[in-house]
Amino acid sequence: MVQLVISGNYAQSYAAKLARVQVVAAYPITPQTQIVEKIAEFVASGELPAQYIEVESEHSALQACISAAALGARTYTATSSQGLLLMHELLHWASGARAPIVMGNVNRAIAPPWSIWADHGDSMAQRDTGWIQIYAESNQEVLDTTLMAFRLSEDPEVLLPAMVTEDAFFLSHTVEPVDIPSQEQVDGFLPRRRASEGIRPGTPGRLGSFTGPELYAEMRYKVGQAMGRAADVLLEVEDDYRRVTGRDHGGPLPTYRAEDADAVLITMGTASTTARSVVDDMRERGGKVGLAKLRVFRPFPVRAIRELGARVDRIGVLDRSYTFGPMGAAYTEVAGALYAGRSRPLLRNFIAGLGGRDITPTTVEAMYAALLTGDGAEVDWIDLKRKREVGANG
Amino acid sequence: MARLTIPEIELMRPGHSACPGCGATLAMRYLLKGLGPNTIVTLPACCWTVIATSFPTTALDVPLLDCAFEATGASVSGLRAAADALRMRDVTIVGFAGDGGTADIGLQALSGMLERRTDAIYVMYDNEAYMNTGVQRSGATPLGAWTTTTPVGETSRGKEEPKKDVMAIVAAHRPAYAATLNVAFPEDFLKKVQKAKDIRGPRFLHVLAPCPPGWRYPPEKTIVIGRLATDTNIFPLYEIEAGRYRITRRLGRARPIAEYLEAQNRFGHLTAMEVAAMQAEVDARWKRLLELEALA
Repeated sequence: MVQLVISGNYAQSYAAKLARVQVVAAYPITPQTQIVEKIAEFVASGELPAQYIEVESEHSALQACISAAALGARTYTATSSQGLLLMHELLHWASGARAPIVMGNVNRAIAPPWSIWADHGDSMAQRDTGWIQIYAESNQEVLDTTLMAFRLSEDPEVLLPAMVTEDAFFLSHTVEPVDIPSQEQVDGFLPRRRASEGIRPGTPGRLGSFTGPELYAEMRYKVGQAMGRAADVLLEVEDDYRRVTGRDHGGPLPTYRAEDADAVLITMGTASTTARSVVDDMRERGGKVGLAKLRVFRPFPVRAIRELGARVDRIGVLDRSYTFGPMGAAYTEVAGALYAGRSRPLLRNFIAGLGGRDITPTTVEAMYAALLTGDGAEVDWIDLKRKREVGANG
Repeated sequence: MARLTIPEIELMRPGHSACPGCGATLAMRYLLKGLGPNTIVTLPACCWTVIATSFPTTALDVPLLDCAFEATGASVSGLRAAADALRMRDVTIVGFAGDGGTADIGLQALSGMLERRTDAIYVMYDNEAYMNTGVQRSGATPLGAWTTTTPVGETSRGKEEPKKDVMAIVAAHRPAYAATLNVAFPEDFLKKVQKAKDIRGPRFLHVLAPCPPGWRYPPEKTIVIGRLATDTNIFPLYEIEAGRYRITRRLGRARPIAEYLEAQNRFGHLTAMEVAAMQAEVDARWKRLLELEALA
């Protein structure tokens, strides 16, 4: 093991190299570019003996990965924002074809207006495509989770594609010390991919095909079952990863000082770090608040959310995206999980930090305040500027 | 007794679900005869999605991978990369797409595959419209043809624009090999497939595949009409190898295109004057092809 001071983007690249990916297909988009530039360097230097396909769009990137995965190659791609949206059709295709692809997505806002800054709207808009989605909080988590994603995705009980996301610039372009496991450690944790059961030269068969009403529902059901199994396999994979490297990231919904909390805020990605410091500050002043980090969004941790709901009376959900529904996307999922549970805590949805706006400790503290008083609207755009605050230059 | 030049191997099974007289079925059958069993076919949305039969059956004795409509070129590149990474020796990767999936929605991915120099064969089987969805006009539909979206009426004479020249677009990418093939000329077809198989780099085959319901002619006329397409110079047979054009079927005197047009109801509304204008265009294009060949 060595420690390097690297960006979240390079954490993705190093993970892909350590995973010994065999086929990479990618198209450049800010702020993802350094991921694939570094991988191209690894390939050019001979450090990574992979096929690097220079595709002409993100759509083609994902199709190339799907076809390569169908033949049995370990595949990786990375994208962001508009690129992820262009892949939308093929995101469905990858899960339907049970292609175990791992993708790094740098969470970036969607245009218009153009914005290259952090926002979860891109991957939240893909929440119904059958991909495993894991949101990272640190560069170390990016690297570790990407390695875990290969094991999880390729597990014969799962065989679903997996997306590891990182907040634009807050992680993608910020350097942190990252422990890099040795190749031997990774090889022990992540063996070579098994031969494909999909497409084999010399063997008749068809992957994709078409079907009438007699079997379509069963095929959808099987994807759903696999996603359900992924929740358990994820825990096994994380246990194994801890045995090899000494690190884990706490499963799908790690909590912080939540045991005796009057109010818990659910966060995703880098906002969790800010919120954790606010929890400490408020605890020092006697506020009984806690944090739950929604790390794995797909498979959605229904059980863990219900367990949290059974312990805590007030739960806030911070959505760093707005997906044009009546409520935020993460909030809708949390509320949906809790409704049929045994307890119904007071729920609040905070929409904040869109398009790269800083989620400051002050903003987070205001969320806890609203939760503790129970005042305010159910859905609160808590850092929204009012008209008088917006001058001619925004 | 004449020597049989068509390989006897059959990698397409008789149990398929194509229309009677389907040219696209012959295209697949002859293609696989030429390429042999160590072939992987990737297929976007097209007639062959249905012809290959539904899950869990298949009409082919080679593996078949479905891909998205507009992404055949990318699928081909992914398969090639995986085959190389996994050291699968001597496997031929084939993209098999219709004219809509190639000339229209899939043009970008095709261009990407050619520019990347992917070592694979891309086949466009051209039935000159979106036939699987019920005869809508594509970029490869010829001038004057009736389709359901270019109906003939008071203000319309069928498709108003000429057929997109996909071979010229492909040629501009300087592929390792490109050729036009016609299911009505199996010997020429097989020669080109076998030649393409042994060349490395991006290869493109433009196959004319007559379609009885879409072109509105009786199923038993597929071969007659296919032969007329070439013998009237509407669909000349040629190949481009390392940039050099070579015509592979040359007639002393081509037959008038009226014979080809009159055999199909999709052209039934055309007047003698319209046919004469189209004849002049076909003659000019043939002359241009002869000039390209002379450059070699």
